[in-house]
Amino acid sequence: MRKIKIDPVTRIEGHAKITIQLDDDGRVSDAQLHVTQIRGFEKFTEGRPFYEMPSITARICGICPVSHLLASVKACDAIMAVQIPETAAMLRELVHCAQIVQSHALSFFHLSAPDLLLGMDSDPAHRNVLGLIEQHPDRARDGIALRKFGQQVIEWLAGERVHPSWTVPGGVNAPLAPEVRDRIRAGLLGAKAIAHRTLDFFKGAVEEFAEEIASFGNAPTLYAGLVDAGGGLQLYDGRLRFKDAEGAIVADQVRPRQYARYISEATLSTSYMKAPYYQPLGLAGGAYRVGPLARLNVADRCGTPEADAEFAEFHQRYGRVAQSAFHYHHARLIEVIYALERMEALVEDSAILDTHVRAHAGVNALEGIGIIEAPRGILIHHYKVDEQGAIRWANLIVATGHNCLALNRSIRQVCDRFIDGNHLSEGMLNRVSAVVRAYDPCLSCSTHAMGLPDLHVRLVGADGAVLDEVWQ
Amino acid sequence: MKKTKLATVWLDGCSGCHMSLLDIDEALIPLAGKIDLVYGPLVDAQEFPKGVDVTVVEGAVSSRDDLEKIRLIRSRSKVVVAMGDCAVTSNVPAMRNNIPVKKMLETIYGAIPIDGVPPLLRHAVPLHDVVKVDLHVPGCPPSAKAIALVLGELLEGRTPDLAAKVRFG
Repeated sequence: MRKIKIDPVTRIEGHAKITIQLDDDGRVSDAQLHVTQIRGFEKFTEGRPFYEMPSITARICGICPVSHLLASVKACDAIMAVQIPETAAMLRELVHCAQIVQSHALSFFHLSAPDLLLGMDSDPAHRNVLGLIEQHPDRARDGIALRKFGQQVIEWLAGERVHPSWTVPGGVNAPLAPEVRDRIRAGLLGAKAIAHRTLDFFKGAVEEFAEEIASFGNAPTLYAGLVDAGGGLQLYDGRLRFKDAEGAIVADQVRPRQYARYISEATLSTSYMKAPYYQPLGLAGGAYRVGPLARLNVADRCGTPEADAEFAEFHQRYGRVAQSAFHYHHARLIEVIYALERMEALVEDSAILDTHVRAHAGVNALEGIGIIEAPRGILIHHYKVDEQGAIRWANLIVATGHNCLALNRSIRQVCDRFIDGNHLSEGMLNRVSAVVRAYDPCLSCSTHAMGLPDLHVRLVGADGAVLDEVWQ
Repeated sequence: MKKTKLATVWLDGCSGCHMSLLDIDEALIPLAGKIDLVYGPLVDAQEFPKGVDVTVVEGAVSSRDDLEKIRLIRSRSKVVVAMGDCAVTSNVPAMRNNIPVKKMLETIYGAIPIDGVPPLLRHAVPLHDVVKVDLHVPGCPPSAKAIALVLGELLEGRTPDLAAKVRFG
């Protein structure tokens, strides 16, 4: 018996290591992902005024602070029991789409493109964004420019690129200036050109990765995402839909406050990341995935013309349900186009300049739930407050957490396919990391899930055996 | 010209400081010719190498892993920069400090994970509590401009003058 460690897993957002057990013949007998960071936001926010929650929880993640800001202000809207002005909702969606663009650009270009362009087996000393700049300067320039556009729009709207304080309970704290709208409009054209160029390149190159596609986590799972009333893709608002691996809808139009009926969580002994599962099917059969791949699997359409053309081609290529985690990359690039088209539609609507952008109120409800599609999937903020608005209890179910079970299975699958303990190479281990990268996990976010109201905790050992069970 | 060996490290933070580093945008391109990025979340090195010229550290020291890592980093780096409020003051990670660790973890997990995960320290602390720090760059995160200035000056072998260029929060 030997043990191999990948510590740290690199070019991902967050802290993780992977341990791989080999048997006496050098074959993989077990593989575990350990998420190693935990900060306890749900606990230390107890007692804080609810309106502090957006700026505190934004600090969970520097890549997608806007996601936490939005899920948090939506939970706060619910506590105030206000309907926010329509323009405020439009502006929130606009900043959200900018974030989708910058976060997806980071995942594709800065983190995963070194594998895709320089090669899975290329020299690890140069297999990074600086190596990309040296060897594929045009592609690298595109990546930097696309990410910059998303970050700039966030800065123009919200004042700062990271941890801005513009989105507030009740709306946003300043309207959109016409000159900012014009700047966004002017930048969209170039950003769209990059997005299409990149997607065309990716579609041309994807054949080279047939082996990875065949083994990068294509075990069937359920998929979950938000959709609008007509089943179209939704990122800022919408209701939950679950589909099974064959593409049949198993739950639809689930309201945010019903989430606990469908999602339960197990605690793993091996990780600070918990393992949510689709409650009706239990821990063994309830693994589901979220994020770009899941969203394109659950939605009937994107709802914007250019993304819809790509959506149709995506499903033509990979079937009604695209199973391989490798297709996350493809789905991510389609979503960039969708986000840019949505931004275009929003800034072309004259209502976006309306100056009534905030509703004011005190505590009108003792509980609030906010739900959005973060770049990496469904994000839920759930707060309970006292009459004065102090947080009594908080629960954050974070995008990457939903993928925990599937991520572990995908790692095992890639290990089984590529790891040969007798002839170990760096490139084999890099493929294990690469499947993690395909999910674009945000692990500093992922450990913030906390017990659901009627929590059933199962402590699951490394071998999958249930070591302990607690009902609370 | 010999390239400067730069490492970036992420302890208990949110990656916002690393994002602010990437927010120097096109300035990354000329940087690629001047530095060897030898360790960090953006590159694939598994071990922190010896003889690093400049190490930029984001995040507070919160777990036993963090503590071991920062001690090793200090022993292998000529210059250590505490980048951002978490590294400088322990900031948000320290908000858990008045809650006993066991109580916090039990509330969150019911049964506390123990296999392959590092135990938390009693308190999340800033870098200078446990190692010598050569430069403090506050901000949540520090602006891309401030980070570009810090890197530019350090690459030239000078100590950056950050007066009026940074602030907490």
